[in-house]
Formats: sequence, C-alpha cells, structure tokens
Amino acid sequence: MLVEYTKQIQEAAKRLLKEKKVDCVLGYRQGTIPLVDAPYFAYTEEEVDNLIWSSFCTKNLANFLIKRTDRVAVIAQGCVSRSIVGLINENQVKRENVYILGVWSPGMVDRFKVMERVGGREILEAKEEGDKIIVIGEGFEEVIPKKEVLRQNCLTCVHRNAVLYDEFIGEKGEETGGGNRDMVAAPWEKLSIDERWEKFTETFKDCIRCYACRNACPLCYCAECFVDESKPQWCGKTQDEADVYTFHILRAFHCAGRCVDCGACESACPMGIKMRVLTSKIEKDIRQMYDGYEPGMELGAVPPLSVYRPNDPEEFITP
Amino acid sequence: MKNPYKPYPVRIKRIEIATEDKSLRTFEFEFINKEDANKFNYMPGQFAELSIPGYGESPIGIASSPTEGENLLFTVFRIGKVTTKLHSMREGEVMGVRGPLGHPYPLGELEGKNIVIIAGGYAVTTLRSTMVWLLHPDNRSRYGKITFIYGARTPGLLLYHDQWRQWQKRDDVDCYITIDREVEGWDGLVGFVPTITEKVSPDPENSVAIICGPPVMIKFTQPVLDKLGWKGEQIIMSLENRMKCGIGICGRCNVGPYYVCKDGPVFTKAELDRLPKEY
Amino acid sequence: MGYKCLAKDKFSELVEKFTKEQDVFAPIAQGLEVKWSLIDDPSKILFDFKNTSMSPKGLFFPQTECLFEFNNNKDAEDAFILKETSPLVKKRTLLNIRPCDARAFSILDKVFMKDEDSLDVYWKDKRDKTILIGLACTNPCSTCFCTQVNSSPFGEDGLDVLMIDLGDKVVLKDVTDKGEEILKGLEDASDEDIKKVEELKKEAESKINANLSMDNILSREVLEVYEDPFWDRLYETCLNCGACTFYCPTCHCFDIQDETKGDYGRRVRNWDTCMSWLFTQHASGHNPRGTKKHRVRQRFMHKFKYMPIKLDGDIGCVGCGRCIQVCPVNIDVRDVIKNMNK
Repeated sequence: MLVEYTKQIQEAAKRLLKEKKVDCVLGYRQGTIPLVDAPYFAYTEEEVDNLIWSSFCTKNLANFLIKRTDRVAVIAQGCVSRSIVGLINENQVKRENVYILGVWSPGMVDRFKVMERVGGREILEAKEEGDKIIVIGEGFEEVIPKKEVLRQNCLTCVHRNAVLYDEFIGEKGEETGGGNRDMVAAPWEKLSIDERWEKFTETFKDCIRCYACRNACPLCYCAECFVDESKPQWCGKTQDEADVYTFHILRAFHCAGRCVDCGACESACPMGIKMRVLTSKIEKDIRQMYDGYEPGMELGAVPPLSVYRPNDPEEFITP
Repeated sequence: MKNPYKPYPVRIKRIEIATEDKSLRTFEFEFINKEDANKFNYMPGQFAELSIPGYGESPIGIASSPTEGENLLFTVFRIGKVTTKLHSMREGEVMGVRGPLGHPYPLGELEGKNIVIIAGGYAVTTLRSTMVWLLHPDNRSRYGKITFIYGARTPGLLLYHDQWRQWQKRDDVDCYITIDREVEGWDGLVGFVPTITEKVSPDPENSVAIICGPPVMIKFTQPVLDKLGWKGEQIIMSLENRMKCGIGICGRCNVGPYYVCKDGPVFTKAELDRLPKEY
Repeated sequence: MGYKCLAKDKFSELVEKFTKEQDVFAPIAQGLEVKWSLIDDPSKILFDFKNTSMSPKGLFFPQTECLFEFNNNKDAEDAFILKETSPLVKKRTLLNIRPCDARAFSILDKVFMKDEDSLDVYWKDKRDKTILIGLACTNPCSTCFCTQVNSSPFGEDGLDVLMIDLGDKVVLKDVTDKGEEILKGLEDASDEDIKKVEELKKEAESKINANLSMDNILSREVLEVYEDPFWDRLYETCLNCGACTFYCPTCHCFDIQDETKGDYGRRVRNWDTCMSWLFTQHASGHNPRGTKKHRVRQRFMHKFKYMPIKLDGDIGCVGCGRCIQVCPVNIDVRDVIKNMNK
C-alpha cells in the first residue's frame, strides 16, 4: 500500500461524499490475497476507510462506470483517465456523472512475474517499500526491485499521470515508466508469416475462453459480443483452435485505435496469457500511421478507424 | 444403456399453419422406428426437445394426447434458430424428438376434482393435450366439472379451432373462448382472460386450476382467483425457461433449487411463491 | 482394508504397471503451472506441489466434447441421423489427485448420474473406466478451506486409493475394492508409518484456518438467503467472466451446439457459465437472470443452497480455493459464505 496516497485519496473521497458531490467513490480495497487489490465502491465516509492505493491495483476502473446513472468519483491514473475520455467520446459515460480524482501511477506489478521470481512457491504476503516489493511465504522472504516485476505496459507507459481530472491527488510524477513502448510489438515485424502464426498460436494456446480479458476491458461494452451472437453465429463455442483464435484476433482488431494499453486484459487473465503482444502491435501501427494518434488523450477526438479519409494510410493492407 | 441426449428419429407427417399470422405451425411427427413410439411414454404437460441436426434443439410442450395414437403433435412459434429452421421444413423431412421430458400435470392426483383450465395465447398447447386426455371416454367419468377458458388477441390467433368447437358442443364441459377486442364475424366472447374468468367465477371448492399463458395474463388472473378464494396449492402452472439438456444437468433453467426441465415444468402456485422469480 | 507401504524408488514400477495397459494422468510441472497431463515418463509425476492450476474435471467432462456426429448431406441414406461418439477405449488411472478434487467427482456423480432417465452416459463411461489414486494434502494453501465444506486434506471420498507421502516412501490406503485389488501384494505399513500418517493428517487439518459455518445457510429459507441485501454490493465489481466457474471442480454447466462443415456435422457440448447473460436468455429476449446481480447470486446460491437441497446436503464446493486465486476482482467465496450464513 502507498500510505501517503491512500491517506490523500481517503481525504478527498470523504470530502466529496460529505459535500454530496458524488454518490460513491470508486477505488480499490485491499485484496484478501496478496498481489490482488480489488475494485471497490465506497458509498459512505466509513467505507472510505477501506480505500487504498498500491502497486497491485491492476484493473481498469473505467470499466465500472459504463451505463451507471449515479454520480461516481473515480480514482484514475493515466490509462484509466484515458479510458474514461474514450468512453465519454463513445457516449458510454457522461462527463457530468464522473468526478475524476486524478492520480499518478507508480506502475503496477505483474503478479505472474512475481510468482516466477519465487519459483511458483505460495506467496502469503506482499508489501511494497519504496521501489521494492517484499514477498513473504513459508520459509522465504524475497526483496524484489519493483521495476523488475512491473507489468510490461506500465514499464513502457508514457502517460502515468491522469490526462483528464477534476482534481489531482498529490504531486504529478514522472510520465514514463522508462521502457520502450514499441518493444512488445517489435518482434512481429521481424518475423515471417509462418513464424508469426507460430508465435500467435503459442501465445493463445492456453486460453480457456473465460472471457476475463474481454470483460475486464473498458472497450468491450458491446451489448452482444460477436462471439456470443447466434443469429448469425460468427464464431463457434468450442475449444477448437479456430474458435479460440477467431475470438482473440477479432477482439484485438475491434480495439484498434481505441486501446490505451491499460493492461487490464492481461492482469485479469487467469492463465497468464500475454494478449498484449497482439494489441501492442496494433497500438503501434495506429500511432505510426495516424500522425502519432494516441487514444483517450482528448475529449471530442475521433478514433482514426471510425472515420474514412481518402488519404488514409493503407500500407498495412497486404494484397 | 440409454443415452438421454439421443433423440428418436421422426418424420414430419403433416404441417399445418396454426395461426393467421403464420407465426405458429403445428407439426405432426411419426416415429421412424415403430418401437420408439412405445418407449415415448408421455402424459399431458410433458415436453420434448425438437432436434434438428445442424441447428440444435428446442424444448416444446407436447400438444397431442397419448389417447390420440402414436403420432406426436407440437405447435411451434417461430422465434429462435431452431424454430425458424423448423418452420422452413417440409412434410416428409427427417429430424429428431427427445423426450418425453419433465413432469406431467398431476392428473392422477386430481381424480374426483373439478378442473378449471385457463389458457392464453399459444401457451395452450399442453392444455390441448390435457383437455383431449380428460375428455376421452376412459377418463372423463373420473373427474368432476371441467371448465375451459381460452383467449387470444384475435380469432385468427386462436389455436385448435376444430377441437374447441367440438368441446363447445359437449354438455360435459364448460367452454369459454374469448378474444381481446371485438372483430367482425366473431360471435363468441370478447374480453381479456382475467375478465372472463371473473365472469365465470369458478368455485374453488374441490377444484384445481391449471393456468398457462403470457405473464401479463397470469398477473391479472391471479387476483381474480384470490378473490374467489382459491389457494396457491390449487393452482397449477407450467413454466418455460431456456434449456439445453432437458434432464436437470446443464444448469440454466433452474428456479431456485428446482430445474424446470427435470423437476417441472409443472409447479403449483404455492411452490412458486417460495422460490425466486427467475422465470 | 489397511495401510500398505511402498518405497519411493519403487513407485515408478507401480506406475509402469498401469501405463502398460492404461492411460495414466498425473500432475506435472509446466513452467510455473502444475497441469494434468498424460504420463509417459513416471519420473515427471509431481509429489511436491500444492494443487493443479485447473481441476481434473476436464478429464471426465471435457471443455469441448463431441456427443454425436451426423451426415449433413441431405441426400445420404443416413442423413441427419445422430451417431453416438465411441466410448473410451482404454482404462485410465489418475495419480496424485488431491482429495478435494476427488470429492468433487463424488458430488458430480450425483448430478450426472441422478437417475436412470437422466444418466449422462458420457460422464459414466469415463468414471467407470478410471481409477483415482489420491495424494493426501500435507501442506494446504492459504486459500484452502476444505475442512469447512465436508472435505479434508486426507479425505477419501471419491478415491480408490489414498496415498500419503512420507518422503522416502508412500503409505497407501485402499478405499474401494478396486483400490484393494491394486494394492494386492504390497507390504503392510509399519505402526510407525501409520502413526506418522496420523500426525501429518492432524498437522494438515490444523493449517486450514478458515472459520466458516454453513449451518445457517442450510437452515434459512431459500427466499431469505436470496433476498439478503448483501448481494446488492457483492456483484458490483464482478466482471461476469467465467474464470471461477471454469476453474471450479464442481461447476458443471454446459451448452450444447450443433456444428456443420460440408457433409460433416456434430453435436458438441461446451462448458458454459452462469455468469454469462446468454446462459438464460430466452429466444423471445426475456431473461430470467438478466442482471449481473442475478448471475453472481445464482452461482453462490447454486453451490451453497440449491445443491444441498437437491443432493442430500452435499455442498457444491470442496474448498479448493481456486476461485479465490483466479478471480480478477478478488470476490472471495469465503466472504460470500460468511454473508450467506448470517
């Protein structure tokens, strides 16, 4: 837990509830297991005491704002605020219904990386101290530099401070995570078509189609997802490769030009599938082909793939 | 070992457009293997999965009565993937019927009682089965007064004209057929089913009511029966929920702890009052 | 009935006895995960592990299972006649299954083989042809709560043989006649070994510190639990993904779908999840569990209220804690039980 931030978030939350500026405050509570802090709605000043801010807040809270009709204050770091901007632009969230408590993200921890560091042993407790994560299990205690177990999207993030907010909690911090944001996408460009297919199938072979990735994604608000449609049925329901891969490919493309690389999909996946290998490449293409366009940076902006211009780039279309 | 997922192969013997808007058709199926007809032992109130390979299955109440012979009747509303396909099929085509599934109306337990049947719209199917069964010479004498109240929006949306016209002629059944609003050429009753029920005022003494219809009909018929002194135990209803397996395993059709497919679809009002309204 | 004993270095021989005629499945390490796998090399079989990531339910109830095949050519003689897929050819043994997961099978037997009219032949075939050799749990996870749901780290329910790892050797206890047959010829365990087993059992049980009670859930009326206001908060952050249901050893809901490709057709069943809104959606558009709250509540009501009513008191949970570990938003079943048990 980040004690100072937590204190300031709680103060702001209590004030907003007291002044009746909002009906509830959406943030995080401490998880019942290590490394997984949980989304939480605080409706009363008493409940605000459960709110925390830590490096284990890996979901995208914007997801919970969709179609709510009450006034919600939401804790939002860079990616979450960008998702909110996107949802406002796509008419899924009303600007006047959200009060954005902007924060700086310290970068969130990838629990699979931590598990790997301790060789899969059961972790009973995880704490953070400065730039270190301390994990404790039966007969071991390991101090891990946080940077080594950050989620990849947090490492390569370039907008760690909220981009849209009603008030900012604490001081703004360093915007970037220090990593190269093209590094996830880069390997694709060097691979042959066969190698791409191999990498792709290897990445998604463990998928159990629980749809945690889709449901954790603030972009996946369709009333009926294409995988669920039955008349016509676009995609089979089985575990056959064709059905599993169709889901992931189409979902990735559906998010093109809208994905802010918040990493909620990967963090939600129980199998530890790194589906960002796909979305990162798409994110990069959009940025490079559409004059550096980054989704969610500006209210009123139109995602490049939702408009047609005669001079749109089309180099990526292979004949 | 019997595979409960395996349908009996049947041939579509006859197709009849059942309503003037063509949204319902009645299908008569004959078993391709004669011995399957004996295995398909059913009673009014049960249903079956109509199985079209390549499209899937749809649970439909059985509209025929076992007293009518070996062929089965189903009246089907065109709405989903399977029923849409079924509506495009022709006489002579082969498909499957899996069942009988669920519990029938407890007609055995109702011997000696007066029976009031209240039906609305196309929910009348298993009540057709019930009426045909009750009015059969082997069965009629074992029951008291039989009252049949049935309504639809228009005359053209009433099912089974031939049957209820015959019932109207009998003196051992009180038959009330109604439509929602007056229409030229209709000389029968006019009014919603709850209103007609109120006029008929069935006496709850030694009686049981079997009610099937759209939620709105049930909602407004209930207070009428309450006022007449009917108790929840005397009211029998049949539920519909989305189903797949039809045998109480696949998990989707439950209302509280009970599976509509396996433990139902027949429940008393008293039973339903103790359960979540998940239907 | 009795305890037998086998030196660890002889264990491979026992396994090889099986692998000659049978398919042997056991947990093996794959990266960070422990997975159920067909065994060709007995040395890969894990003894030192917490539990497999996914439960072994898929070995009896595969995520995708073909029920029937048919000829989709309308002109063919056998057009559209469903043909059952063939049963298992080889017998199977599951080695080192944890007692919680084995107990799940005995619960699911009551679901899949309830009575003659609803006897799931696909489940029965695999159950009849599979021997379960369990490995007692000497070091449960912090998320385990088996002892609170009528299970135990040394539980025998559902197993043919229970095995206890004593380091250089294993102690084996036959639970069924099939188990007795397997253990025939093995040396009896010494009194000292049996004493050690008792000690390990006590130690393992004492490590499970969840303090849950089901008494009130079972005694409260269905509607009372159903209408409890705590559901209004519980569902709020649920994503309605199916992770909990797919990892759960007792969740068993499925969907049946027909698929065709040219002249080939098949009817398959796939795992389904009550978390999905489609699960209960009528063709008319009406949905009896149309809200997220309905769906979240359904899962827990099914396990802790409905199943006990239907299955002579058996709870639809074995306390394996997988759902706690995989839930992306940390909905903790232990908290839910506490709330339901008010």
